[in-house]
Amino acid sequence: MRKTTNNKAWWLVAPVLLLVAFNAFIPLMTVVNYSFQETFGDNVFFWEGVTWFEQVLRSERFHDALLRQLLFTGMILAIEVPLGISVALSMPRKGPWVSVCLVLMALPLLIPWNVVGAMWNIFALPDIGLLGYTLNSMGFDYNFTQQPVSAWMTTVVMDVWHWTSLVVLLSYAGLCSIPDAYYQAARIDGASAWAVFRYIQLPKMKRVLTIAILLRFMDSFMIYTEPFVLTGGGPGNTTTFLSIDLVKIALGQFDLGPAAAMSLIYFLVVLLICWAFYTIMMRNEAQ
Amino acid sequence: MNKKWILPTLYILFLMLPIYGLLTMSFKTTNEILGGFSLFPQQFTLANYVKIFTDPTWYNGYINSLIYVVINTVISVAVALPAAYAFSRYRFLGDKHLFFWLLTNRMAPPAVFALPFFQLYSAIELFDTHIAVALAHCLFNIPLAVWILEGFMSGIPKELDETAYLDGYSFWRFFVRIFIPTIAAGIGVAAFFCFMYSWVELLLAKTLTSVNAKPIAATMTRTASTSGYELGLLAAAGSLTIIPGAIVIYFVRNYIAKGFALGRV
Amino acid sequence: MSRIEFKSVRHAYPQPAGQSLEYALKEVNQVWEDGGAYALLGPSGCGKTTLLNIISGLLTPSEGSIQFDRDDVTRLPTTERHIAQVFQFPVVYDTMTVFDNLAFPLRNRGVPEARVSERVGKIAEMLDLSDRLGQRAAGLTADGKQKISLGRGLVREDVNAILFDEPLTVIDPHLKWQLRSKLKELHQQIGVTMIYVTHDQVEALTFADQVVVMHDGSVVQVGTPVELFSRPKHTFVGYFIGSPGMNVLPCSLDNGQPVFADNPLASAYPVDAALDGKLEIGIRPEFVSFSDSGIPVAIEKVEDLGRYQVVTVRHESNQIKMLVGEDQAIPAESPTISFDPANLRLYCDDWAVETGDA
Repeated sequence: MRKTTNNKAWWLVAPVLLLVAFNAFIPLMTVVNYSFQETFGDNVFFWEGVTWFEQVLRSERFHDALLRQLLFTGMILAIEVPLGISVALSMPRKGPWVSVCLVLMALPLLIPWNVVGAMWNIFALPDIGLLGYTLNSMGFDYNFTQQPVSAWMTTVVMDVWHWTSLVVLLSYAGLCSIPDAYYQAARIDGASAWAVFRYIQLPKMKRVLTIAILLRFMDSFMIYTEPFVLTGGGPGNTTTFLSIDLVKIALGQFDLGPAAAMSLIYFLVVLLICWAFYTIMMRNEAQ
Repeated sequence: MNKKWILPTLYILFLMLPIYGLLTMSFKTTNEILGGFSLFPQQFTLANYVKIFTDPTWYNGYINSLIYVVINTVISVAVALPAAYAFSRYRFLGDKHLFFWLLTNRMAPPAVFALPFFQLYSAIELFDTHIAVALAHCLFNIPLAVWILEGFMSGIPKELDETAYLDGYSFWRFFVRIFIPTIAAGIGVAAFFCFMYSWVELLLAKTLTSVNAKPIAATMTRTASTSGYELGLLAAAGSLTIIPGAIVIYFVRNYIAKGFALGRV
Repeated sequence: MSRIEFKSVRHAYPQPAGQSLEYALKEVNQVWEDGGAYALLGPSGCGKTTLLNIISGLLTPSEGSIQFDRDDVTRLPTTERHIAQVFQFPVVYDTMTVFDNLAFPLRNRGVPEARVSERVGKIAEMLDLSDRLGQRAAGLTADGKQKISLGRGLVREDVNAILFDEPLTVIDPHLKWQLRSKLKELHQQIGVTMIYVTHDQVEALTFADQVVVMHDGSVVQVGTPVELFSRPKHTFVGYFIGSPGMNVLPCSLDNGQPVFADNPLASAYPVDAALDGKLEIGIRPEFVSFSDSGIPVAIEKVEDLGRYQVVTVRHESNQIKMLVGEDQAIPAESPTISFDPANLRLYCDDWAVETGDA
């Protein structure tokens, strides 16, 4: 769309700017403030420079949490994106079932996150939950409160349950916007189902998939409530992801300096990965 | 040949299983739950639901949640509308940077902001009010609303605006009388996503409230930790939180799929 | 290459439960000779695209059969029919280069790569795309993309026919003419059957040897452009082809001579006295002229179109259009008009009354 230059448009943006800045700027400054200082309460601060940053970056605890986080995000993306695309591909394009499918699929997205955690906790309880009971009676030794592997699997499956629908909805939206003529042309050109996917559906879905992957990356990287309610970060520290660790340090141990430094590093990591991903996708587009 | 329905069916089945587990548990007595696993409630009871609807700490939780979610949705969409219009129609100093900066707020982990938010809202004496949670959720909902609405608005030809101005409409009259009705679908989608993210978020909502504005989700967390193993009650409360979402989805079912497709990256 | 024949083909799209079936295509019997250049002409919604999609196999007709030469292909899938089709909106595979786009149909059919390059090179040259083979197809203009669509059809050596579904809709006017001449040229070069769907009579008449006019799900006339103009078999053809269209006026018969508004008309051929149904005469504006005596009319409007003028006159409730040369005077007082007997056609229930070639 051709746009006209008009700096008065700032007035239209002003309310948004004010509200978001109020919520983002002041707290961010607070965090920055803490990250360079040491306090023993009573608003007495001592300048600490980059000590906290060094401490966080060198701590094994942070490395482990970051590694767990990367592994978790990688796993859920590797499952949710292909699964979401496959489900979207096999959904009907029109007909009475579409609405039913969409409503049922969107349901997990609107359940409060702690309820998701609680629901899966109940679902997976080894002796009385539907999943736990079934697995154990089938002969699997399954107890997510004791075994790290079970806890990990449960957390990943829970996230897949919770969020794959977002990928489905977005991919489906992308698929619906492809005109029929493309499919007809492909049939006339003798294209196989794989070629149709590779050369028509995937390119047309690229934009929505970019959004889906970005959103899933951001949200899974910030995940807190669901695993916290499900496993509490355990057994041990095996499912302690970055946010859980951060809250433990900040509110549990009240180590504000390291927590603030970790917050900033954390935020920067998210920004950096999003920016890199976005830039790569856009550069591909431009070619 | 046509076996395509199998995958969506299996997927939906997988989605429904935990919900089924939750629902059946909500109709069981505590004794039955702790006594062992059963696929259907043996001693069917509504006691858990009765408790929620009669105990103010429980039902107030729902009311509190709904209040701040609605306030947040209204604020987010209302301020996002003119901003999205500006981004979709005008070029102005720093527009691209501003748009990107807005989106970065969507990337800020709530855990990072929990403590500063607590201090900020305590300082301005809004702690434990609905408006505090509603404002805090603006942090990630406004960028999202601007993003979605901008996508929808860019799909509306500029000729619509120009014709209206030629017909003698003032900006605000055009905006309210013509433009807003034209992008009603987009507003619906944006409101849906604002509602969704505000309704499901717990960390900030819990941090910013103690008694008066305590969300249902926080009430549940307390139950889980303090009153021991009242799983039936927890399940009933959880089941009830699904309902508002389900109603909202039903209303926007024809638009969900389009929502993000029209938004731009 | 082969001759395509439609035998009693009917098609109805599936309707929501409770609604009665409506045929988009009502009983079509039609032969497309091998190597012909056909245009399928008719207004939107007359069934043109349905008919086209039945040829290419994108649709299976509800009733009837289609034969390629002697083989019944009614149930044969698109890929096995060796048909190429160009759509209204250009379809290109965005992520591929122009070369890969053109090579796509061949590679899908397992043609060896050496042969692929050879064919693509040849077709690209025909379509003036040679210098753009390495470019991304997505970056081309609409006419370039439409050429690629066409090229994907031409590149195959086994095509029975190339179908065009209003291919010039999104092309700039000055390029339309170029692309159409290109098509005509290609047809002469490679001699493959081409069927061109359009609602634009100029496109149809300039492209095709044979024009098939469709109206409301049926083929109403097949003929050369000249035939369609001079001997429309159906009032719709008369009205749809020519600008302005044929005048269709109510009439009665008296002793085998048509009578319009109490004026007996001279006609080149005698008519059976016994005709039941709605009777009308058709006369093209080209063959209506002012005369000293004849049908009295009132002049309503004169449009000067440069080389000639379109005059709209009225006799009672009937409006008649006529073409008058630019330098010809228009009578000011009580004008009368007459019809050229040689070009007067009689229609009964919209169909031409044929009485041998008189």
